[in-house]
Amino acid sequence: MHRAVDFLQERFPEDVLEVVEFRGDTTLVVNPKAIRALLTALRDAPEMGYKYLSMIAAVDYYPAEPRFGVVYNLYSHRYRDRLTLKCLLPGEAPVIDSVVSVHATADFHEREAYDLMGIVFKGHPNLKRILLPEDFVGFPLRKEFPQRGQ
Amino acid sequence: MGIEEHLGYNILTTSLEKLVDWARKSSLWPATFGLACCAIEMIVTAANRWDIARFGMEAFRASPRQADLIIIAGTVTKKMMPAIQRVYDQMSEPKWVIAMGACACSGGIFDSYAVVQGIDRYLPVDVYIPGCPPRPEGLLYGILKLHEKILRDPFLTQQYREKLAARKEAA
Repeated sequence: MHRAVDFLQERFPEDVLEVVEFRGDTTLVVNPKAIRALLTALRDAPEMGYKYLSMIAAVDYYPAEPRFGVVYNLYSHRYRDRLTLKCLLPGEAPVIDSVVSVHATADFHEREAYDLMGIVFKGHPNLKRILLPEDFVGFPLRKEFPQRGQ
Repeated sequence: MGIEEHLGYNILTTSLEKLVDWARKSSLWPATFGLACCAIEMIVTAANRWDIARFGMEAFRASPRQADLIIIAGTVTKKMMPAIQRVYDQMSEPKWVIAMGACACSGGIFDSYAVVQGIDRYLPVDVYIPGCPPRPEGLLYGILKLHEKILRDPFLTQQYREKLAARKEAA
């Protein structure tokens, strides 16, 4: 079992919803409302040391509900291991707290997830399109978006 | 015509249109504008092995105001399109467009939300060069085809004025 599982289950018993182990990688499905608190705890606890957010990814699980997944990949330089947190969001108006105040690197990652998947990060300082032209309509990585060019 | 008898072999007669078309095709100046991997082929076409200078085209102009040919060499993303449109608009008349490679012709393999599905949706293309990317010989062949086209360009006629008016209206 991953060392972060006990740590989080002890401190946030309500918010750790599921623990998934797959080929040596651990993914914790957590409560979206608690994401900022969880990342802060993992960053600041000396026995955890997850000070590096290597990526935020957004996933569309259509037609499943909750439809969207927001995945946080963390790395601990001190202990040289990885941890993945995943939040599931509803298909109608997916909103989650921004974690820019915890990890500054989340700025561009969250803008990308907003740009391509339409996930709104509440509290983001500058949430606008980052890759696509600003007048682009729609979120092209969503499953319902046309696959072909036009 | 008889006049040569008096002037000797010092004078050639031709029509103004032919003379100007010949001058235009003999010194086409391309804009320095590369977008993707096709640009690499365009660059070697300009270098010593294929040597575009043989056709009076070695002067790639860094300013569109001094260029009369734009070679769309590569994938055109929708985000790049305003910049290309601006470069094209800044070029002075007469101007020509070559769509080089599958992406510029039709979007190529990038059949997606981010890529313009053929530059002819925005610019009037004179010559299409297929290939992914086309070899320098392909580009040279396309350029020679453009030269042929320019030689036949009836720029003093009503047809040309209509073409120009249509282009201005579209802009």
